[in-house]
This record gives sequence, structure tokens and C-alpha cells, in this order.
Amino acid sequence: MANEGTILTAADLAGNGARGDDPDVHGKFGIFGGRYVPEALIPALDEVAAVYEKAKNDAEFLREFDHLLRTYAGRPTTLTDVPRFSERAGGARIVLKREDLTHTGAHKINNVLGQALLTKRLGKKRVIAETGAGQHGVATATAAALLGLECVIYMGAVDCERQALNVARMKLLGATVVPVTNGSQTLKDAINEAFRDWVTNVDTTHYLFGTVAGPHPFPEIVRDFARIIGVEARRQMLELTGKLPDAVCAAVGGGSNAIGVFHAFIGDQDVALHGYEAAGHGLESGEHALTLTAGSVGVLHGSRTYVLQDDEGQTIESHSISAGLDYPGVGPEHAWLKDSGRATYHGVTDDEAMAAFSLLARTEGIIPAIESSHALAGALELGRELGPAATILVNLSGRGDKDMGTAMKYFNL
Amino acid sequence: MTTLQTVFAKAKADNRAALVGYLPAGFPSKDGAIAAAAALVEAGCDVIEIGLPYSDPLMDGPTIQDAVHRSLTNGTRIADVMRTVEGVAATGAATLVMTYWNPIDKYGADRFARDLANAGGVGTITPDLTPEESEPWRAASAAAGIDTVFLVAPSSTEQRIKAVVDCCTGFVYAASLMGVTGARESVNVAAEGLVERTKAHTDLPVCVGLGVGTGAQAAEVAAYADGVIVGSAFIRRILDAPDEAAGLESVATLARDMARGVRR
Ligand SMILES: Cc1ncc(COP(=O)(O)O)c(C=O)c1O
Repeated sequence: MANEGTILTAADLAGNGARGDDPDVHGKFGIFGGRYVPEALIPALDEVAAVYEKAKNDAEFLREFDHLLRTYAGRPTTLTDVPRFSERAGGARIVLKREDLTHTGAHKINNVLGQALLTKRLGKKRVIAETGAGQHGVATATAAALLGLECVIYMGAVDCERQALNVARMKLLGATVVPVTNGSQTLKDAINEAFRDWVTNVDTTHYLFGTVAGPHPFPEIVRDFARIIGVEARRQMLELTGKLPDAVCAAVGGGSNAIGVFHAFIGDQDVALHGYEAAGHGLESGEHALTLTAGSVGVLHGSRTYVLQDDEGQTIESHSISAGLDYPGVGPEHAWLKDSGRATYHGVTDDEAMAAFSLLARTEGIIPAIESSHALAGALELGRELGPAATILVNLSGRGDKDMGTAMKYFNL
Repeated sequence: MTTLQTVFAKAKADNRAALVGYLPAGFPSKDGAIAAAAALVEAGCDVIEIGLPYSDPLMDGPTIQDAVHRSLTNGTRIADVMRTVEGVAATGAATLVMTYWNPIDKYGADRFARDLANAGGVGTITPDLTPEESEPWRAASAAAGIDTVFLVAPSSTEQRIKAVVDCCTGFVYAASLMGVTGARESVNVAAEGLVERTKAHTDLPVCVGLGVGTGAQAAEVAAYADGVIVGSAFIRRILDAPDEAAGLESVATLARDMARGVRR
């Protein structure tokens, strides 16, 4: 039931269970997901799930979302062939999905516009969000300005410093930015603080969760709103190359851009799905964010998934040069894709990511986000493995403007 | 061993509410926590909840976050929590562990339940374990003979209250307000209604926690609840004291005030 003249259909937004890869009624992807939250939040989560269930089958909601995606976010985003960059990948053909060209500069805007429309349907006037790189915070502040919602963003104090530009953007957009000074002062602590706000103000407030982690229904909703990335890219790859890619690559923090680009390809068994986590200073250093690669199954932020934790279940602080990947948890659907073998996850170090960051800038004139640079570094290696006949789709989840401070320090610019 | 049943039966016979005190293990120090809990019992607390310090306490306000952070910095491990339970249970108070779910999950549900029972603990309170996910823990607890306490909240529907109380043994924890732990100026008026709604679904005692900070507030809550739960107010006293001895003194004074409150 495609809406005439729109880019988005109900089937694009979600498979409505038809693909057999939606979570069950308790939000479980196999053993992963579910809800581990204070009872006080259950009614709010139920309400969000119910309102979303209705909205995703409502032509008017799809029309509004579609309209915003096209006329505000700038969808569909293009594919770009990067032949000079590809030379360094053993000649494999690398194609970028350009989420960096969306309004606000990252894939986060897709989910945010969807959830901001849901907020209206929930009858709530205030949104809160956590942010790591600041991209989700900027996107949320943007949507709040657009729709006239009050907006409070929780951000780890360490992240406020390394993504100072995004803090300024959020403030300019009218949001209140609250630096979080407890724990590791990064994304995980910002999420804790946002949950504390939510349980206190749940009558008036929607928690506009920024990735495919957290309690049910967030992993499903955020995935569905990010799913457009892969839906477009699949169509575009067929147009551009006449076939599906051999592999799809994406960076994995919480996992939203990765699930967004992977999801439309899950049924295509010949398309390999590769996720790249931040290996920071390397696995042996202990300073990394290798949740899927080196973590173990546990519960964090309301969901059963892979977690970086010690032998007694205390969360281990993660490390990455990229704030958006600096998270010791990951979305439950990725945990499920890993265990089922459908997707493969790898680590990319800070140095490898920064090399790819600089290479794309110099060979193609595109400055990627450091998060996305992890996927680029992964694709370089994968290309050398697969050889020149291979075609690799990389989700360029965001642009690097926000990372100039880090780049100046790293490269002594 | 003092069980929750005997505590609540005795309080009921005395025509008063039970007083439940919360302190995290390892705070202000490993031995200091046992001493502080013993002071609470001495001052009139009937039940002690020993908090298992967790790195991501998303239901806790600044006071408990601060105490838990100090405890983890002190190197508190689950073995220390068990040792604390043992020390506190020896005072004769019914002793529970309050913990987020992940530490039990990682330790192993059966092993945790067994070790807690062996330490003299009578049960657990698990604020982020929902009825839907609670089956393995209830089975492990039943096998070890310990109680499972879960929370209802002002936002809970009748259906949710029923689902939660069906998982509870020992008592039901009614969160007085929508929010995190921490003493408040006044106890939320929603608490009384929640207790009433909860009692419609269960014969178990219903205890009220979150926001109780003074003897007067304890008295107010004791008028409609079977137990009054106090945590942050005790911890605040210890945090604000110049040293451990002064902290003990201060916490005992407040506990005596609370104990008078539940007897008013
Ligand atoms: C550009 C960009 N890519 C990736 C991420 C990581 O998040 P996720 O794994 O949810 O896509 C972020 C997070 O801030 C981001 O800004």
C-alpha cells in the first residue's frame, strides 16, 4: 500500500511482523531485549508502544513523517561512488550511503523526526534525550524547535568538552543542555540521568531515545524510523550497480545507523552484514568499546544484551576517540544478529578510524564523522579481503564538522 | 532467624507499622556499614535492606548515588554484601538485599539466592526486575527459601498491580512517588491511594518508600501502611557527619525519631 508520490510506505517503515524479525510482545529478540526498568515507567513504555503501533499503520502519520523526511531532512540521500578511496581497498567498489548530507548532518534525524511526531500524538509537550557525540542531541533540539516542544538534553561532561560545537548548536536551537558529571561522564551516565528525569516527569515528557538500545519498545521504534536508510540504499544499489552489494558496513555504537542500513538486507542471504565497534586503544589495552566483540550477556539500561561488565555485573567504562561509539552496551537486535550469525561484528581502533577519516577527506573531499570512519576503516580491510570484483555499501552515518576539535588535536592541525 | 512474616505479625500485634531502614553495603566503609545498620536496629528498625552497590543506579537520586559511588570506590564486592548481611542478621533484624538485577544475573540466580540464604538474608528487593522477567529469580528464591519483593508505583494500573503482587512474597514495596530515591519536603499524597489500591489485590503487608525523611513523615505514612521505608535520610546523616562515629550517632538519633513515629 504505497502512498502515491511518497518515498515511504507502511512496509518501508516496518515489516509488521511479516519478516519474522520483529520482537515478541515482551520486546524479545530471542533471549535479548525485554524490559528491566522501574515499574513506574511501565505504563509510559506501554503507552509509547500503543501509540506507535497505531501510528505506523496510519496513513496520515506516514504522510507527515514522509513529508518531513523529504522536505526537512533532505531524503532520499544519495549514494556516492568513491573510486579514489576504493583504490586503497584492493580495488573493491565502495559505495557510500550519504546520511552525512541530511539536515543536522547525521542519520539521527530520521529517528528523531519520527519520535517527535509520536510525541505530539502522545500529547506531551516536553522531550528529553541523551547524547554522546551530540548528533542525537542536535537532532532532538532541532525537531523540538520545529514542533514547538520544550527540550532538555543530557550529555556527559567529557562529551560536552570533546563535542563543544554541538553543545553550542543545541543551545542555539533553544535546548537546555545538562552536563552529567557522575560515573564515566559519557553516554552511559547521560542515559542514567535521562531515565531519572523521565521517571520524575513522565506525565509531561517523552524520552526521545536516540539509539536501538533501552527497554522495549525503543529498539523496535528507533529501528523502524532508521530503516529508511537501508530501504533507499537497497533500491539505489540495484539502480546504480544492477545488483545487491556483497557486503554492507556500518559503525556500531548503540546500533541505530547499523540496524537502519542492515535491516532491509536481512532477507538477502548473499549480502554480508558487517558492524564495526570502537576498539579504542586496542582490545588488550582494556580501553575500548568492544561490546559485541568482547563483552558478555547482561542487562544494561533496561535491556538484555551484550554489555562490557566485570565478573560481578558492574559496568566497565568504555573508551573511544569517537563519543558516539563510546558506550558499554548495544542494541538487543544486534546481540541477536550476532548470535544467529546473520551479522558479523569487528573492532576498529582509534588510529585505524582516524586514518580512514583523513583518507576519505583527501581522496574524495568528504569529511566523515569519526563514528562513520570506523565503518570506512572496516570496509578498506574487507575490500582487500574480498578483492576487486566486490561491491561494498558503507553507511556514512554522519559528517565530521563536529569532530574538528578532535581532529585538530589528533593531527596537530 | 527473624522472618518478614514474624516482623509484620509482631508489628501488627503492637498495632504499629514496621520500620525498614536502607543502607548500602560498603558505606561509609565495609565495617562501618554493619555498625550503622546495627545502630538502626538498636534504635528500633525492624527490617534492614542492604543495598548492593551498582555502577548504574538509574532509579536513585544524588544521595544514594553518592554513597554507592563511595562504596564501589572502597572496592565492595558481592562477598562483602553477603558478609554485611551476615553481620546485620546477627542483630536479629530481618535482613534483605536491595539490588538492581544485573549483579544477580551475572553472579547466577541460584548461587545468589543460596549464598544470601546461607548468610542469613531473608529476601531481596529488585526494583528493575519486572514481573515479565522475574520467573527465574522467583524460582531460585523459592528454592532457597527467601522472599521476593517487587515495586508498585503511583502510575501502575490495576492490572500491573495485580501482576506485581502476584510475584511478591514477604511484602509489597509501594513507591510513594514518581521519581528517584531521596528525602522530600513532604510525602506524596498519592502514596495512600496506592496502598489502598494495592491492598485490594493482596493480603501481603504493603510498605511505603521514597521520600520519607522525618519522624513526623514516618508517623503520617504509618497511619495507612504496614511498613515505612527510609534510606536517603539515613545516608544523608552519614554523608554530612565529620567522621564515622559522629555519623553513627546522628543516624541513631534519626532512627529513634522514626521509631517513635511508627509507634504514634
Ligand atoms: C554520525 C554518527 N554515527 C554513528 C553514531 C553511533 O550511534 P548508532 O550506533 O546508534 O548509530 C553516532 C552517535 O552519536 C553518530 O553521531
